[in-house]
This record gives sequence, C-alpha cells and structure tokens, in this order.
Amino acid sequence: MPEPILRTNRLDARYGDFQALYCVDMELGEGEVVAIIGANGAGKTTLMRSVSGLMKNAAEQIVYRGRPIGALRADQVAELGIGLVPEGRQLFPSLSVEENLIIGGRVGRSGPWSLAAIYALFPVLEERRHLPSTSLSGGQQQMVAIGRALMANPDLVMFDEISLGLAPVVIKQIYDALPGIVGEGMSAVVVEQDVTKALSVSSRVYCLQEGRVSLEGCSDTVTREEISRAYFGQ
Amino acid sequence: MDWVNAILQGTLLGGLYALFAAGLSLIFGVMRLVNIAHGDLIVLAAYLALTVIMALGIHPLMSLLAVVPVMAVVGYVLQRSILNRTLGDDILPPLLVSFGLSVIIQNALLETYTADPQRLSAGPIEVASLNLGGLAVGYLPFLMFVTAVAIIGGLQIVFYRTGLGRAFRAVSDNQDIAQLMGINRRHVFALAMALSLAVTAVAGIFLGIRTSFDPATGPARLIFGFEAVIIGGMGSLWGTLAGGVILGVSQAIGAQVNPGWQILAGHVAFLVILAVRPRGLFPRMDG
Repeated sequence: MPEPILRTNRLDARYGDFQALYCVDMELGEGEVVAIIGANGAGKTTLMRSVSGLMKNAAEQIVYRGRPIGALRADQVAELGIGLVPEGRQLFPSLSVEENLIIGGRVGRSGPWSLAAIYALFPVLEERRHLPSTSLSGGQQQMVAIGRALMANPDLVMFDEISLGLAPVVIKQIYDALPGIVGEGMSAVVVEQDVTKALSVSSRVYCLQEGRVSLEGCSDTVTREEISRAYFGQ
Repeated sequence: MDWVNAILQGTLLGGLYALFAAGLSLIFGVMRLVNIAHGDLIVLAAYLALTVIMALGIHPLMSLLAVVPVMAVVGYVLQRSILNRTLGDDILPPLLVSFGLSVIIQNALLETYTADPQRLSAGPIEVASLNLGGLAVGYLPFLMFVTAVAIIGGLQIVFYRTGLGRAFRAVSDNQDIAQLMGINRRHVFALAMALSLAVTAVAGIFLGIRTSFDPATGPARLIFGFEAVIIGGMGSLWGTLAGGVILGVSQAIGAQVNPGWQILAGHVAFLVILAVRPRGLFPRMDG
C-alpha cells in the first residue's frame, strides 16, 4: 500500500480526566472511502475532532501526507485540505445559505467545487440561497453543511453522522449524492450509526468500541457477526 | 421652543454617546467580551490626541489621522497578547482582566499627564452654529452626530457586506465551526478589537473637544456607553445609535426640568427601558 493520506499513530484523546480514545491506529489511502462505525460514546466524534484540530493531540499522533498535524489548530488543518461536515450540521445561524457556502470557500484552495458546482449538486439550495440558514429543513441544512465543507476543495473530507435525525427519503438523497462527491478524487471518512449505509459507500471499515479499535476490515467481506461482536463487545 | 431645543440638542449629544457605545457593542457582538476598560481607552485616545496636537501643532480633527491607526494597533496587540487568553466558557476572567486594565490605564495616565483637566481646543468651530428658525444647531454637535451615523453605517456595511463581517458573524455564532472554515479566531478577535478601538479614538477626540477630561473620566463614559448598548439591544449597531439618542434626549429633558437632573434623567430612562424591555429595543442576540 502506498503512503496513506492520513494515519493515526496510537492516538489518545481525553476530555479532562475522561479518556475518550486509546491507542487508535488507523489509515486512509489516497482516494479511499473508509467508514467508522460504533455505538454512541464509542469515540467516533472525538476522533473527528482530533483529526480536524478541534482537539489538541501530540503532533506525531496524526500524520497527514507524511506531515505530523496532531498539534495544529483547526484553521491550520483546514488550510491543509481536511474538511469536516460536523455532527448536527452546525450551520452559522447569522449567515444566509449562500454566505454559509462562501465562508466554507474562504481557505481559497483550488479545485472542482464552487458555488455553481454546489448548486448543480443540490439545486434546492440555489432557490433558497438568500434565506437564513436556519429556515431550511433538516435535509436541506445537511446539504448546506456538505456544500460548506466541499467549498474548501478539501483532499480529505470527513462526514460525521450525516444521516442523524433525517427522514429516510432525505438520507437516500444525500447518500445518492455521495459517489458524485467522492468521485472527484477526494478521500473520505464516513462516520455513521447506520451500519448498512456505512458499508455500502465504503471500501474498508473500522469499528470503535469504548475508545478502541475493535474491528478493521473490508466493507464487502466483513460479516454481521464480526460487526455485532465489535459493536457491543463479547 | 425650549423643549424642542432640548430634544434637538439631546439627539445630537446622543451621537457622541453612540460613538462611546459602538465599540463596546461591536466586541460584545463578536466575542461576548464586556470591556470594562472601554471608557479609559476613550480617555487614553483623548490624551494621545493631546500629545499629537502639542507635538505637531495641528487641529484636533487632523489628529484623528494619527490616533485612529495607533488605537487600532493598540487594540490588535491588546487582544492578541492579553484578552484572547481570558476568553472561554467562563465570562468572569475577561471582566476581571479588563477591570484591572482600567485601573492600570487610569494610573498610567495620572503618572504621565497629571490629574489636571485637559481640553482639545478646536478653535472657532466650537461655538459656531447654524440658526434654524430660532433653534441654534452647533456645527460641532452636528458634526459629531453625522460622524456617529456614518461610523455606525460603516460598521453595518463591514458586518453584513464584507468577508471580514462574515468571519465576525461566524465566530460569534460558533467558534469551533468557524475554525474549521480556516478562520483563526484569535486573529479575527484581534481585528474586531482593532476596529473597536479605532472607533474609540474618534469618540475620545470628540469627547476632548466637547468637554474637559482627566485620567478619572473614563468610567462615567463607560456607563453611558453601556446604557446606550443595553437600551438599543445587545449586538445591534443601529440599536446602539438609537440607545445613544434616547440617553442624550433623556438627559437634555432632565436638564430642562432642573439642571441638576441631567445625569439622573438618563439613568432613569435606562432603568425604565431595562424594566420594560430587558433585552433592549432592537435585540439581535438570542440568549
């Protein structure tokens, strides 16, 4: 396997006295889509916060393209080309739909994504671009959150629970759009509670359990028994 | 006619109060920082102007060209070196640190300039006025009011029409997510403080032209600024102008009834509005 785009080395993360991640080793290849599954509180969101720089770690614990980034600030990580679609969408309520997208593009990396490309992907956003972002439905807000991350033209984008709290028809719509997004040569991490969805879009899967990697495998060969054992423990 | 005159003069005075308040409103809106040293920074700007005027022999209004950029740099450095470290989930550290800053500034001014009251002399413009059918409108109060409207309009444009304003609103909404957009919040906060103190510089120079000042003048200006911000509604810039005008008019009406009641009338108007509309007249912030 060539040098991965992202690697974690024995990654630990803690909130005060509470340790949320223990010795997590993971790899993501160039252009690869990896799924991360696990129960609530397994450490999935903590892992996203660590990689994106919202939580500080030891520099060597997270390596992006051969460069240790664990100790960088989130804005520095964003400039390097790592994007995050945060759990719960977290749009900026004071900004309109279009302003949310524009601010996503302020790191100024070049690439295929622009306002026009986002509107082509999610036409409904163009009709509502001048509305406050909070006036949109949950699914439309999720589209804005995805578009906002793409506007930075990241090389690696992480989707944290993008189906959480959305209607099944909307989830299907968003997952139908994913191949078109990742097809642009991006690498992606998909964090998901819906195991079937996660396996269907990824080539490999990691399962976290209580802050540790409990399973690592290929998405199409891993069995239900293995997953349920990794998910819930023996 | 006396009453109409009082309201007119109070409105114009309100422009100055709005200038005191605009910088407070801006940094509260961006980073939820309540800057207790704001009034002392206004007085510091007035003293800086005094120094520039004495050294170069220029008109106070010309000293704006020097004092505004200097105060902006002071704001940037102050925020990056001290105030950023106090920001967090707890609102107490920035209050205490800016209170300490207030004491330090007052004492440094006392050491440097003594306690003697000072004025910035603006020459004939100070007493010139325009006669509008029995009402005398002073050039200087009028200029202050127009400047206040222009500055608040300018801040409004920066906030809602520029990339910097988007960054201000984004960090105000959600600091973590704003960082994910490549925004360095420490830098953006420092830019907000720079902008705030640039406005403070204008306020300080107008204060110095309008009345005498000494190193202990700051806290009273802070109170007027706070009252204007709260009357107008937290974080609303036009509300801040309205708050300044309401405060100015209340004081003028109070003074018309009895000259001793000027300041009291302003505070009473503030308390009444706080009781009736605790979130101010034009609130923008939620919670």
